[in-house]
Amino acid sequence: MEIELSSQQIQAQKGFRAFAQKEIAPFADQWDREEAVPAETIEKMGEVGYLGAVVPGAYGGGEMDAITFGLLCEEIGRGSASLLSLLTVHGMVCESLARWGSESQRKRWLPLLASGEKIGAFGLTEPGVGSDAKSVETTAASSGDSYVLNGRKQWISFGQVADLFLIVGQCEEKPAAFLVERERAGFSTEAITGMLGFRSAMLARLSMDDCRIPAENLVGRIGFGFSAIANTALDHGRYCVGWGCLGLAEACLDASLGYSSQRKQFGSFLKGHQLIQEMIAEMIVGIKATRLLCYQAGYLKDRGDPSLIMETSIAKYFASRTVLKIADDAVQIHGGNGCSGDYPVQRYWRDAKIMEIIEGSTQMQQIIIAKSGYIDYAVEKRRRKGKTRSSD
Amino acid sequence: MTITAETIKEKIVDHLAQTVADVDIPDDQDIFVSGLVNSLFAMQLVLFIEKEFQFKVEDEDLDINNFNTVAAMVGFIGRKTS
Repeated sequence: MEIELSSQQIQAQKGFRAFAQKEIAPFADQWDREEAVPAETIEKMGEVGYLGAVVPGAYGGGEMDAITFGLLCEEIGRGSASLLSLLTVHGMVCESLARWGSESQRKRWLPLLASGEKIGAFGLTEPGVGSDAKSVETTAASSGDSYVLNGRKQWISFGQVADLFLIVGQCEEKPAAFLVERERAGFSTEAITGMLGFRSAMLARLSMDDCRIPAENLVGRIGFGFSAIANTALDHGRYCVGWGCLGLAEACLDASLGYSSQRKQFGSFLKGHQLIQEMIAEMIVGIKATRLLCYQAGYLKDRGDPSLIMETSIAKYFASRTVLKIADDAVQIHGGNGCSGDYPVQRYWRDAKIMEIIEGSTQMQQIIIAKSGYIDYAVEKRRRKGKTRSSD
Repeated sequence: MTITAETIKEKIVDHLAQTVADVDIPDDQDIFVSGLVNSLFAMQLVLFIEKEFQFKVEDEDLDINNFNTVAAMVGFIGRKTS
């Protein structure tokens, strides 16, 4: 067993870190206040190939291995969790199309998405439907050689600027996924502002009112919109979020190490106080444990192992809970300063809370993980029984 | 080399036993309608089939009649690997 990055992965990591330190981190607080990421930054991410990271090379993408892509998410997440969500939702569309799109859909859209010429967003959540995603109320009615969509979508990251939306709805009372271009008649977006965190993720509500799309915009087959297409997207989303949490947690640790090294109370630096050291130690251990779970998920992803679904869920669950605790302690270490706009840790804390909710809430992950534990238990019990019988 | 239907069935039954903990699934029982599996299982199943039988499940393969019973999966995998 070996747990170490290849020289190519280390090289790529250096490049991601340099980009994030130059193009993202210095501006993230300003973007947070303005509740927007400049179009030029998104363009730059396209130019350096980050938006095509998960797109196969045959369609103009970077076809990064899962670990390298995780390292990218980590560095972007360290700079701005809001911008990480661009990688997440854009990648959800790319990965779903690469996996389940028709050849003509892949040929038409993937090169544009890979270059960043077109931005993708994922439409699953609705005003009345969150975790119970299979109950989406958006409908698609077949009409000649087209589908007519009606419904609302909510909290759609980068919905304000995306060009192509992957929408999950019901068709013939079965889940189905469709591509909807922004310019389609009957399709509109409305900006959502004033969120707790992910403030520069340019969230939007989507409305589809008799929005007619060609039949070839159906992705996969009717009936598989949730089990295949949405789950492919969500698995990608959870993977991004897990690694992004790792980056965000490291930003919290860096800020805390720096602040506690220069701030004096009771005649000594904060770092000399044991209760501060306890929080720093917890941060370090939490980050290392998160990294190992992310590596594990990435390793299984690269092997196409069926257990990657569960391991990614576990990584996302642990990473999002850990980063919230770490961000909480980072604000605590900063005291009143940590609650002000003069320090980034207040943004880190607000963004960390969102991590526990997006791409499957902590509670949904708990249900999935616990259920898997009971199945493993039953399988093991049966295996032991079988062994006892055969030795009789 | 063509894999026999018997071998395919053995591998599927073994996978189901490990993921849904029910070894006695009749060949023609609809595992989705019966509620034995959830939607996450569907993704695991696709990954399992691809890894075990070395072919890619394509978008045109997304037909419930290819996956809903043990017999259906044996037939689908047999066609794809023959």
